[in-house]
Amino acid sequence: MKSGYRLTLWLFLAPVLLWLFLLIVIPHLDLLLMSFRGESGVGNPVWTLQNYKNFFTEPIYWRTFVRTALYAVITTLCTFVLALPVSFYIAKLARPRTRGFLTVLLLLPFWVSELVRVYGWMILLRESGVFNYVLLKMGIIHQPVEMLYNDVTMIMGLVYTSMLFMVVPLISVMESLDDSLIEAAYDLEASKFAILRTIIIPHCKPGITSGAIVVFMLALGNYLTPNLMGGKNSLWFTEQIYNQFIASFNWNQGAAFGFLLLVLSSLIIWTGLKVTRQRLGEVAS
Amino acid sequence: MANDLSVRELVRTFGDFTAVDDVTFDVPQGSFFSILGPSGCGKTTLLRMVAGFDEPTSGTIAIRGTDMCGVPPNKRPVNLVFQHLALFPMMNVAENIAFGLKRRGMQSAEISRKTQAILERVDLPGYGDKRINQLSGGQKQRVAIARCLVMEPSVLLLDEPLGALDLKLREQMKVELKKLQAKVGTTFIYITHDQSEALVMSDRIAVMNNGRFEQVGPPRELYSDPHTPFVARFVGENNAWSGTVEEVDTHVRIRTEEGLLFRARSHDAYPAGTRVDLFLRPEALRIEPEGKSLNTFKVTVKTILFDGANSRLLTVTPKNHELLVSLPQNRQFDYIQPGDIITLDWHPDSGLCFEA
Repeated sequence: MKSGYRLTLWLFLAPVLLWLFLLIVIPHLDLLLMSFRGESGVGNPVWTLQNYKNFFTEPIYWRTFVRTALYAVITTLCTFVLALPVSFYIAKLARPRTRGFLTVLLLLPFWVSELVRVYGWMILLRESGVFNYVLLKMGIIHQPVEMLYNDVTMIMGLVYTSMLFMVVPLISVMESLDDSLIEAAYDLEASKFAILRTIIIPHCKPGITSGAIVVFMLALGNYLTPNLMGGKNSLWFTEQIYNQFIASFNWNQGAAFGFLLLVLSSLIIWTGLKVTRQRLGEVAS
Repeated sequence: MANDLSVRELVRTFGDFTAVDDVTFDVPQGSFFSILGPSGCGKTTLLRMVAGFDEPTSGTIAIRGTDMCGVPPNKRPVNLVFQHLALFPMMNVAENIAFGLKRRGMQSAEISRKTQAILERVDLPGYGDKRINQLSGGQKQRVAIARCLVMEPSVLLLDEPLGALDLKLREQMKVELKKLQAKVGTTFIYITHDQSEALVMSDRIAVMNNGRFEQVGPPRELYSDPHTPFVARFVGENNAWSGTVEEVDTHVRIRTEEGLLFRARSHDAYPAGTRVDLFLRPEALRIEPEGKSLNTFKVTVKTILFDGANSRLLTVTPKNHELLVSLPQNRQFDYIQPGDIITLDWHPDSGLCFEA
């Protein structure tokens, strides 16, 4: 009986374990090894720390790295600030029927691929785009303005892409918030801002954290949006990795960058959890 | 005596539905005032308007003489104890109590002094560091009340806070709440659908039905002298009987539908032939009386509903009309068995009739 139970357990676990092992662990181990390999002066493969050293000695690499981290954090914050009122409206103020409709509206953009969505933005924002056309016709501007290829546009694109991943966990935690808690705080002389700070946000903490982690990871690892909307002026670290692998064909350097990005994201998430005094287990449950 | 709360001609409508219909009352300072009514009678709407969560369609609410029209809940000198208490689960007991004081921007030394003092008031000294989910139902209750009392409100509103407790604890909390109110002297406005809670605790009770106040008065008056049939039915237990007025002298002479003739009391003088409902308390019926009067009649015992001091007999008249009779537990009537025929009698002043 007992051995039968264990056999079933292993049988069901097998696909997951295989998937994890074959597609995640083995490639990463291979990449890790690759990142420590290099060529000696005469072209023989050797073990080396040169790939990591390059990162620290070449300013463009680590500057892009810091920029990427910073902008990913900014994107996460912007997404949170925008998603909070949206999810509060959907979870608490909208009528049940409108609620479903609004959630579908939020989902709708995700039915088309990210590439198409980004090109959609480009059609709107480029020099000969819709916005410029309208503004010119209305006489507000006299020269077309290039709205693409700068940091603000890029962050807007990233926020747009990741909104849903913040709104959905926020809606689900807010639905579990008892309305009478908000009323009780209001009754106890709390201002609207104090209610937000002392009741709503502490209650929503697990949802905020899981939303923030997803959005942060998506922003940090995004390639399309920074590349297309940020253009040459807004370098993203994923572009550096891509360049190493594809343009320079230097897989060893690319692997090292990949690992640095992994360390970075883990580090920032760990710091975030520490600062807000949470544990990953609590957030996941 | 000054009034803490004065409500004048208050109306609240939701579309075609009138939830609160022309309600006027005063609550004197330091009294325990209850609003008693069945669910859906508009009592919660009334309370929410006093607290400021809802605005009246017309009429005025004044607290200590200040008109509260347009004043938001966080600016009103009233606090509300919610039905499900609404304690903040993310904070401990002391933080819950300090919440309102912090919002006032009080010094933290002053806050902790007041928090300690109020915890002692509600008999929970040393509970400040406990989490909310570590407390029992009765303790949560007291924390919720302490959280409001610490704000020193002019009026404390309570929205059926005992509803979620089990029976034993509810009985205990009734007495405790009454004692606490006497101790702190704050004006309490308590809404409930449980007539026993209202009767035990209140100085005055308003019985509410379909958005209107049917009668306002001290508990004893509501019980012994209801002004409307609704109050007679809703407050305490009552046996009801339909009949017709035959003659009016000092009392009303009523012929019930099954042909029994009684003498009873009424508020208004009804002409002969008026259809009336007669209300009679179970404890007004005397079993096996000495002597005979007009109000003596015979019934058959159907079952004995034993409930300690509150034991009753379920009896039927020959025409199968059910009557509850209280059964004093002094062993005098231990011989009564189901199926027995017993004689009942009642004083003409204890039966009250209203036009049907």
